[in-house]
This record gives sequence, structure tokens and C-alpha cells, in this order.
Amino acid sequence: MSDMGEPARLDLEHVSVGYNGREALHDITLQVPHGGQVAVVGPNGAGKSTLFKALVGLLHLREGQVRIHAQPLGQHHDCVAYVPQREEVDWRFPVTVRDVVMMGRYGHLGWLKWPEAKDRAAVTRALDHLGISELADQPIGELSGGQQQRVFLARALAQEPHILLMDEPFAGVDVPTQEATLDLLQHLKTRQVTVMVSMHDLNLAARFERVLLLNRRVIAYGTAQEVFTSEAIREAFGSDALFLDGAVLVSHTCPCDALSKAVKP
Amino acid sequence: MMQWLSLPLTYGFMQRGLLAAVIVGVLCAVVGCYVVLRSMAFLGDAIAHAILPGVAVAFLLKGNLMVGALIVAVAVALGIGLLSREGTLREDTAIGVLFAAALALGVALISTMRTYAVDLMHILFGNVLGVGWGDVWLIAGLSLVVLGTVALLYKQFLVMSFDPVQAATLRLPVDRLRNLMLVLLAIVVVVSLQTVGVGLVAAMLVTPAATAQLLTRRLPAMMAVSAALGAFSGVAGLYASFYFNVASGAAIVLVATAIFFVVFLFAPRRGLLRH
Repeated sequence: MSDMGEPARLDLEHVSVGYNGREALHDITLQVPHGGQVAVVGPNGAGKSTLFKALVGLLHLREGQVRIHAQPLGQHHDCVAYVPQREEVDWRFPVTVRDVVMMGRYGHLGWLKWPEAKDRAAVTRALDHLGISELADQPIGELSGGQQQRVFLARALAQEPHILLMDEPFAGVDVPTQEATLDLLQHLKTRQVTVMVSMHDLNLAARFERVLLLNRRVIAYGTAQEVFTSEAIREAFGSDALFLDGAVLVSHTCPCDALSKAVKP
Repeated sequence: MMQWLSLPLTYGFMQRGLLAAVIVGVLCAVVGCYVVLRSMAFLGDAIAHAILPGVAVAFLLKGNLMVGALIVAVAVALGIGLLSREGTLREDTAIGVLFAAALALGVALISTMRTYAVDLMHILFGNVLGVGWGDVWLIAGLSLVVLGTVALLYKQFLVMSFDPVQAATLRLPVDRLRNLMLVLLAIVVVVSLQTVGVGLVAAMLVTPAATAQLLTRRLPAMMAVSAALGAFSGVAGLYASFYFNVASGAAIVLVATAIFFVVFLFAPRRGLLRH
């Protein structure tokens, strides 16, 4: 690795995670260097969301250790930000766009402190950055899908994290939102934020500097060229991968998504 | 008209009843916002019914019924929290198990008594016109504690209700906050015991908050509207009870429900008959 000298920003050592008696991730060991951007791909149920939930401390590790800046998980207070999948959000909840983005600032506030001018300024900057300033006082339930996605991206930006985890930000969003997301990733690159993004689109994943191919365990991790070999994809996707001379077709990566696209006019 | 409004106020029991109904109406309505948003309606109902053994034991020991109820309510709330932690049991399953067990224990204990019929009716459906000044002060004190906690921890409760994963990334003690919310809910249920009774507490928790959600777009506004509706239902219900001689708890709940249906049909933005 070219950045051998620096401590890895995010370090997983022999991490195993499970819930309801089932092991969802087995013996994950990998390092994401300072400011690295990783695409996480794998079939449904491969444990992508589980990995992220373990990294934010929502699921307990059965074995192994997660280190951030060489310190165990939980030492840093507002270090990790998370952009949830859209299906995980209750869109009827009575909050406005500004309320949601302000939640990104709560880690910077004390337990009983109210937001101050600098927090409001950070929220305004984040709203501007994603081009949703004029929606600030709208309830989140009245936005389009792409706008809703931007709200959570703005919240992550306002949080000023060192590590950002994004769960399927490209699933079912329009092209402008996809571009806005990629622009944000570029911007975060200049700010040395370490990013992990889960996705289904292997072509999009190939645009990331690192790819993690996951199926309950690490199948392959490295540059897209190193990772996207026939054997690795066959190992990760099994019979869902179809090899046509030179090209690989992966089906059933997200049946629900494919269905919703087919139904739309 | 003035006399129609002022006549009930000449009676001491109506003064105390109105005060209690307004306090409980506001308290249930504010905490009810979280009950509605976090889908805890079943939980609130379960805690209410589970109080029965506590009340029965307090009655047998000739102790304060409210204290007995409070102990059991908090124990049941924390027990549900413990059983459903870590996803071992689904929360509604844990509720089903404990709720039924506590209710059965309560009925078993009460069935050993001879003269329980009247008291049981009051526990089940409330007797707001029977509250003394001591009860009013106890209700007011507990309400201040609960509302103060909800105000102080507004940020934390908001994040963990809206987005538990975000709460975890902020390193909030999510489990402890959830248990605290269960304890607050238990206190609210016990405080409501004398106004609407265990059978109708769930309605006071859910109905004003559900009405307010249809009318507002931010949580503070939802809480304010919900509180106003809860207080109005309390007062209007008691007047109806006074003039038409119906059970006070039932009258309060029916007023709140009538408002809900009017709003549900005609709400400016989300009403069924608009658009």
C-alpha cells in the first residue's frame, strides 16, 4: 500500500457480527486508509447493512475489534455519520428539512444545550451545498425521493464526520440526485473524509478507488481491477452471475428495485 | 350561557375534577406524541391494564392505590424493555406475555376481596369527580416531572424516535433513553388512573396526538396542538358529564374522538375530504 506510514483511519480485525442467533458477518479483516473511498458490493443479504450498523455501534461485535484512528469504537463522539436507506425512514414524522439536518449537529452540542449560531450556520451551508435551501421549512414527507435523499446527505455534511457510511444512496434515485451524491463524495475527498458506500451497480462501484466484495465474509478487497475477477464475482454472487465472453451479468441483486422500475411507466 | 358555564364551578368536586382533567389531558397529549410517533399505543394500553395487581395489593394492604400502581407500572415497563432488548423477543410479544400475566394476577387478587365492585369500576373507568386536593397536588407534581424531562431531553428523544441509527452514531445511550421513556409512560398512565381509568388511558394518549399530527408539520407544534386538544377534551367532557350525567372518563374520551374524526375528514392538508 502506498500509505503504509499513516495509521489506517478505519481498521477492522477479525470482526464477526450476528443477531437472532445467526451469524451475519464472519471474520472481516480490512483497512480503509485516511480519506479512502470504498464501494461495498455483494448480493442481497450479504451483510452490507449489518457491516454499517456494526460500525456505528448499533450491533454488538461477537468477535474482533473495530478501530478508528487506532482507538476502539465508541471513543469518538461525532466521528461516524450514516445515511440510511430510504425505506428505513418514517416519512410521516413531523420534522422539516432543517430539523433533520440540525440532527447532524446534535453530536457537537452538549446534552442539555440548544443549537447556537455556528450550528445554524453549518446547517445553512449544508443545505446550500446540496441545493435544497428553499426546501428548508418543508416537512420531509412532502419532498420527492431525490430531495429526500439530499436531506440526509446534507445532514451527514453538517455532522462534519471523519467517517461517512452510506447505505444504498444510488438505489432508485434520479440522475440529478445521483450526480449530487457523486459531487458530494468528491467534496468529501478534499476534506479527507473516509467513505464507505454500499451499492448494487457494479459499473458505478468500478469508479471508486477501492471495492469491497462482500458475502458474509470478505470475498475480495482492493482496486476494482483486482476485485472484479470472474472467480471473485462467481464466489460472491454464485448462480446469479452470468458470464458472457468478456462481460458479466449479475441478476437478482435487488429484485424489489428492478420490480419498481418495471412497474413505473 | 355564562351561568351554564359557571354553575359547575360552584361545586368543589367540579373544581378539583376540572383541574385534574386539564392537567392529565395536557400530560397525556404531550407524551402521547411520542406514543403515536414511536408506535407505542399497544405498550401504553398494556401498562395501563398491568397496573391492576399493584392497585389490588395496595388496596389489600390499605396503602395508597396510586403508589401501588406506580411501582407495578414501572416494573412492567422496564420488564418489557428488558425482554425485548437485543431482539430476543419482538416487543409486541414481550408486551403480550407480561400484560396478560399482570392482568390475570390483578383479577385473581381482586377476586379474593368481598367489596371491590365500586373500586374496580373506578380503577377501570376513572372517577375524576372523586379526586381530593391531595390527589390534585400529586398529579400536578408528577406531571411537572414528566413534562420537564420531555422538555430537557427534547433533542435526544427526537433523534432516537426519528432515526435510531443516527442516535447510535451520536453515541447516545439508546437503551437507557428508551427505558426512561417507558418509565415516563408508566407515570403518565398512573397519573391518568383517576380521570379516565385504565380502560381508557390509551385513548387519551393516542387520540389528541393523532389529531395533532394531521394538523401540524413540526414536533413542537404537534405537542402544543395535542396539549390544547387534550385540555379542551378534559373540560368539555366534564361539562358533558355534569349536564348529561354520563361517566366522566367516557365523556372525555368521546369528545377527543369526535374532534379526531372531524379533523380526519376536514384537515386542511391531509383530510380525507380535501385535495
